[in-house]
Amino acid sequence: MTTTYEDIPDVYQRLPEVKSRDDRSLREKLHSMWETTPGIRGWLSTVDHKEIGLRYLVTAFIFLIAGGIEALVMRIQLAGPNAHVLTPEQYNQLFTMHGSTMIIWYAFPVLSGFSNYLWPLIFGSRDMAFPRLNAFSYWVFAASGIFLYTSFAVGAAPDAGWFNYVPYASKPYNPGINIDFYCLANIFMGISTTAGAINFIVTTLRTRCPGMSVNRWPIITWGTLSANAAAIFAMPVVSLAFFFLWMDRTFGTHFFLPSGGNLTGHPLLWQHLFWMWGHPWVYMIVLPAQGIVSDGLPTFCRRPLVGYTAVVLATVATMILGFGVWVHHMFATGLPTMAMSFFSAATIIITIPSAVQVFSWIATIWTGRPVFTTAFLYFASFIFLFVIGGVSGFMTGVVPVDWQLTDTYFVVAHLHYVLIGINFFGVMGGLYYWFPKFTGRMLDETIGKINFWLTFVGFNVGFFTMHITGLLGMPRRVYTYPAGIGFETPNLITTIGAFILALGILAFIVNVAYSLRRGAIAGNNPWDAPTLEWSVSSPPPPYNFAVIPSVASRHPLWEARLQEGDGESVLDRGPILDDHHETMGVSPMDGEPDVILKMPGESYMPFVVTLCISALFAGLLAHIWTLAGVGAAVGVIGTIVWLWPRLEAGERMVAES
Amino acid sequence: MALAAAASGMTAAPAAAQETASHGLSFMTGFGPSNYGVVTLLYAVLIISLAVIAIIGALVLSGMLIRRAGGAATSLETVPLERSSSGLAFIYIGIAISFVILTGVLVWNYVVLAEVSAAPKDIAARIHVIGHQWWWEVRYEGEPAQTFTTADEIHVPVGKPVRIELTSSDVIHSFWVPALGGKMDTIPGQQNHTWLQADKPGIYRGQCTEFCGAQHAHMGLIVVADAPEHFAAWRAHQLEGPLTPHAESEVAKAAQGQSVFMHNCAVCHTVRGTLANGKVGPDLSHLMQRRTIAAGTLPNTVGNLSGWISNPQHIKPGNLMPTLRLSAADLNSLRDFLKTLQ
Repeated sequence: MTTTYEDIPDVYQRLPEVKSRDDRSLREKLHSMWETTPGIRGWLSTVDHKEIGLRYLVTAFIFLIAGGIEALVMRIQLAGPNAHVLTPEQYNQLFTMHGSTMIIWYAFPVLSGFSNYLWPLIFGSRDMAFPRLNAFSYWVFAASGIFLYTSFAVGAAPDAGWFNYVPYASKPYNPGINIDFYCLANIFMGISTTAGAINFIVTTLRTRCPGMSVNRWPIITWGTLSANAAAIFAMPVVSLAFFFLWMDRTFGTHFFLPSGGNLTGHPLLWQHLFWMWGHPWVYMIVLPAQGIVSDGLPTFCRRPLVGYTAVVLATVATMILGFGVWVHHMFATGLPTMAMSFFSAATIIITIPSAVQVFSWIATIWTGRPVFTTAFLYFASFIFLFVIGGVSGFMTGVVPVDWQLTDTYFVVAHLHYVLIGINFFGVMGGLYYWFPKFTGRMLDETIGKINFWLTFVGFNVGFFTMHITGLLGMPRRVYTYPAGIGFETPNLITTIGAFILALGILAFIVNVAYSLRRGAIAGNNPWDAPTLEWSVSSPPPPYNFAVIPSVASRHPLWEARLQEGDGESVLDRGPILDDHHETMGVSPMDGEPDVILKMPGESYMPFVVTLCISALFAGLLAHIWTLAGVGAAVGVIGTIVWLWPRLEAGERMVAES
Repeated sequence: MALAAAASGMTAAPAAAQETASHGLSFMTGFGPSNYGVVTLLYAVLIISLAVIAIIGALVLSGMLIRRAGGAATSLETVPLERSSSGLAFIYIGIAISFVILTGVLVWNYVVLAEVSAAPKDIAARIHVIGHQWWWEVRYEGEPAQTFTTADEIHVPVGKPVRIELTSSDVIHSFWVPALGGKMDTIPGQQNHTWLQADKPGIYRGQCTEFCGAQHAHMGLIVVADAPEHFAAWRAHQLEGPLTPHAESEVAKAAQGQSVFMHNCAVCHTVRGTLANGKVGPDLSHLMQRRTIAAGTLPNTVGNLSGWISNPQHIKPGNLMPTLRLSAADLNSLRDFLKTLQ
């Protein structure tokens, strides 16, 4: 039996009562209804997107620090020629863990943290579309990271690079369990990314406030939506590749090895599958950060973003084109010239949508009145660093030039300008921007300026120099280098720069510790910013909005001053939705109110199922098949308990009607 | 370190007399038609890129300073909102200029790609380079009587193109001689090829650039470009069996050393003209003609050779050559034998 729109019970379509948002009894009722249970029980069972968002941010930042420490140890080894601080094997484990940690366990989750915390607030909603799935994706992220780092504890961290090329990563050349850790941890993390992606997509399309039509979404939601829509297509490819490799290593299948008799595999299959995911992933970890800049920069320039529509189209176009450039990682593998020509053109053309964003930000500065806060400095420097990372990417898109540049330090410089310049600098700006919303206190501006200048100077000293190291011909992924061919000075400068950058991050941590206690009280809207998250208290109440707002423009808090939009946004009165956990469901494009959604409450099941999956992966790793079987079976039972229809939520009524 | 010393010192290399320059890993100067067009295009895109960085940097910085709002930095409410200008002109003009430049570079890209991707027809040698963990096997292909194998050192005639065929015996490596051209991977189960030509005599350093394990850092090679007649002489010499010792006393010592070699080394190494025909490690016929040992890691001096044989794991930790623990006497006579491999 299919459920049609007419079958939806009245409880979802009742005309809700309208009240003022200042109604004290309403606020108290909602508070007790939405508040996370205190103590360890609430800690394990909460589904509050704000709690989960902060956990994402803090956990991702811990991975940033772990990956950063790995980098600093490598920089000590590389500070001089022929050094013996690390053995080759230790170095290989460190650079593999550094890459995996930063790219997979820091760069994407940190953006998911922002999106988790902010989306319901930006969209005028009370939670993500699937709150329990949200909790689950966090637990899996944390558990998979712990799983990965267990490899250090047993002295067998992955050592074939984050790109993990076979046959070096295959059993004959890499017999330890290092690469099994790598394969399984990545599949494990893929579960989190996929669950999160589904949640973000449905949240965008469904749980917004009335009037939040497609042309009014802040750019960060476009960036995150594009990234997560891409994840739905990209993650299965690479998860399958990790699984194939694990099969090759565990059961002797021949997906990637060329020596399988009639059923022979091919090492390049790995590279195709890896980069088919890997390059879209690069855009996935920068587009939401670019969204942070597109939303944050205008606030400090005192004007709306220039060219909203162009930037939205550029964001989506980048993500789509991003699926057509992966072969530029493989120009030196002997592919036909015709194929390389296509991917080279795509790589060069993808510069255009990026240029749209850059010129939009420049225009926003030139036609606005910038105020030099720390957040603004991060956003403005982001533009500059984006251009450096962009042009070096354009250079490597030119095939014959790439044959020289690839696998040298030039590419190391390029990718760090992408990952630090276009992810980390956006994240730092975003943290300075939204910290008051997260905590109710401002980050200190004086420490902030020190923090900014240390990171900006340290980063550029260290990593701009790497371009030169690359042009001098230093190959990547070498644990040491000889003296006398010009590599000593640039490497020493890079090491010094890396430590200055690390000091800058330390200054940020000091600032957070100081400002959590001593920071100025923020108030609802300390930056006089335009979007809905700034209309509620800082930090927001557990239910976000006492009454569901309705918006009539892209900038609800600026519209009166800008004479923008048709009609007027209404934030102080609205539907109260106080029959258990409820929020508004709207039509995907126009944001017309459609249905009242019943939202689930706290549950231990996301945590329990994560424990079961951890047991499953531990069993697969150690070849304890009983443990894997028990983990899988209990996990299935846990999922059934999680999804069991509950009378109070009315699902059964749908089924019976 | 090693190669610079090998190139300048040349104590162990009789062919050293004609050599002049040695070239490191930088690719900012091309030394042959396999690289000329690439280097020009590299400079072009580098200059465009630096110009873009300078222009955008200046636009951002001047915009910030010129348009900066007065007053206290953190009280944004005091700065009125504005929307006087749409600002879209920045996007239109910026994209128009970018598009023209990008299209031009794309066309240039295709021209150079066509120029360097196909090897010329009249090649002077066909050289099969096989990547191993962590050294390069080099086979000069041709008539069976003209075929020989060496390691980590490729000789080419100046001014003539050679074809390089690339395979791997184990994992993926990447063949790169920066001054003479771009990279090409050696991939098991697949044959790739590239070509190179050196227009000036000299020693051109090369390096593996695909991560291949513990000693990826020490997987170098050199290309020696000689005048065609010197190249021909080298080739003819390589085709001969290893030279025999002259003096009586040397004969005795070498025979002793050959026996040590047969017991300890022959399973992995080949010396043509003897019973040693192991295929695991580098072919050692004419070992003393090579400028370096351990894949470009050390200059090929008698001292370095002894050090390497006594403890290869000290110099390249994790490499596949076992530590033999020879007695001092055996090591001495082995060294005397190796010295005869001219």
